[in-house]
Amino acid sequence: MKLLTGNDLQTGNVIWWTGSDWSRHVSDAVDVDGHGEAIAAAEEAARRVNGPYVIEATDTPHGPRPAHIKDRIRARGPSVRPDLNIKPADPAAGSWVI
Amino acid sequence: MYRYDKYDQAIVDARVDEFRDQARRRLAGELTEDQFKPLRLKNGLYLQLHAYMLRVAIPYGTFNGRQMRKLAHIARTYDRGYGHFTTRQNIQYNWIKLEEAADILAELATVEMHAIQTSGESIRNISSDQYAGAAAEELADPRPWAELIRQATTFHPEFSYLPRKFKIALTASPTDRAAIRLHDIGLRLVRNEAGEDGFEVYVGGGMGRTPFVAPLIRPFLPADQLFSYVEAVLRVWNRYGRRDNIHKARIKILVHDLGAEEFTRQVEAEWQEILPLAEDFPHAELARIATFFPAPPYETGLSDEIDLSDPDFALWVGQNVHAHKAPGYAIANISLKPLHGIPGDVSAEQMDLIADLAERLSFDEIRATHAQNLVLPHVRKADLYQLWRALDEAGLATANLDLVSDIIACPGLDYCSLANARSIPVAQKIAERFADLDRQRGLGELKIKISGCINACGHHHAGHIGILGVDRKGEENYQLLLGGSGAEDASLARIIGPGFSEDGVVDAVEKAIDTYTSLRSEGERFLDTYRRVGVEPFKAAIYG
Repeated sequence: MKLLTGNDLQTGNVIWWTGSDWSRHVSDAVDVDGHGEAIAAAEEAARRVNGPYVIEATDTPHGPRPAHIKDRIRARGPSVRPDLNIKPADPAAGSWVI
Repeated sequence: MYRYDKYDQAIVDARVDEFRDQARRRLAGELTEDQFKPLRLKNGLYLQLHAYMLRVAIPYGTFNGRQMRKLAHIARTYDRGYGHFTTRQNIQYNWIKLEEAADILAELATVEMHAIQTSGESIRNISSDQYAGAAAEELADPRPWAELIRQATTFHPEFSYLPRKFKIALTASPTDRAAIRLHDIGLRLVRNEAGEDGFEVYVGGGMGRTPFVAPLIRPFLPADQLFSYVEAVLRVWNRYGRRDNIHKARIKILVHDLGAEEFTRQVEAEWQEILPLAEDFPHAELARIATFFPAPPYETGLSDEIDLSDPDFALWVGQNVHAHKAPGYAIANISLKPLHGIPGDVSAEQMDLIADLAERLSFDEIRATHAQNLVLPHVRKADLYQLWRALDEAGLATANLDLVSDIIACPGLDYCSLANARSIPVAQKIAERFADLDRQRGLGELKIKISGCINACGHHHAGHIGILGVDRKGEENYQLLLGGSGAEDASLARIIGPGFSEDGVVDAVEKAIDTYTSLRSEGERFLDTYRRVGVEPFKAAIYG
């Protein structure tokens, strides 16, 4: 699957495209299939996202798992500061960063 | 330390107002990100993995308690309660909101701080010896010279759109704690046989994708002519630097391509064109700047004796305390490398404590080091015990300066959008592997430096043991380098073979160290043994 992600323009927070809006939780992200670039352009023009880009991910029972470690770290937060990590909606998701 | 005059303050305040308007226009959609990015970078504001990141300048690494308290306030109010001291003697915050960035700059301006020239194609924060003005072995305090260059180049239009970033380091000590030969310009204050002060000028050093140790292009530059010579160097680079290729734009590439001899010839010719313009500052101006760096009012008649009856205190004194030029005083290093910690990270509460201690015990001076530690430069030996106890209670008294666990590590893939691999967990695992301080002391000086990408913010080329994180088919992989030094015996570490996994590189580091201990002669550091025996015994031990 393909996810659309970027950073919130005002706060810089990592955000994920949910199909109609942006969420801070990768678990809310939807497969943008081949529409990612078009959505990115529209959302960037609307100043709702900074630096949007499409990534590869796999669908898991705990939600989407970004393929690259960089995006997994973006989704969770620094691996060395779990206290600052975004808490997953499903605690059973565990730490799939690594 | 240097204090702003009304012009300095006006310039910094105006810059805050300018940035506030630029940020407003970006948020209002009047500027695109492509338009805004170079503007925010001129104010030290990056977009990193998790948020915006603000890098705050600490000129030549010197600051005071009031400034440290402001840094703590910013950490608490605008960030997540901590800051990260960098390998450029700066501090950066990892969780900044664009909508609050101008407010932070305004707060910094109230304590004579800013984020100007901490990014972009400019002359970056000028770095220096963290023991400046305190070390027994230095010729003079180098900071007035650093401040003079800073004043002469900040906002200078000729240096505002350089081919690439430009880093200057300056020392006045034979012991190089500023890694001068790994900078675009490295300067060492020396005195000639006639008793005149001047500079050794090194140009074209650097790390990153293409590392070089800077050649000496002038063994003695009269000190009063420093600025005009720096300008000549910059002018030659500005003219011929490769603006067409970001990877070849640094001055080190020009020096390498032309050869040091031809580059020097061109600089000298350019300098002869500049000299009649009399651009160098009158000596009175340097003298005026130097008045901001007076020797503290040391007490006299103090004893040099230290009560070392507390064994833990004795270990800390033995490892983290350096000789001071004033009798009865010492230089105290605050390690930011506790076991399980993150190299360079300090909490807001720790910042407040360090501010208090600096004001009470170190003539209100703090230094940031390129090794991501802090220094209280002027502590009475009689006060060292109460300093140590306060630091120890706050987790700031790890007695590991320059030992195997005093590791430089860039933020790496945990924070940085450029990184390919994480650095911090590798540093933590190595520190855990060698957690026994007796074992660490037995190994002697051993500098491990870790970068999460080829840009080398973690100075891996200058590590006795360097580690470079790379991306190998989407997986973190770590290359091991041996034999580097950023000190007066500068050299570049070399990759010794195929890379490793995260755990594998920790094992490889231990094998390298075991090889050293099995081969070392009396008094040899890791680096000395490596240089004497060469890479082969290490490769054999690591790769079998």
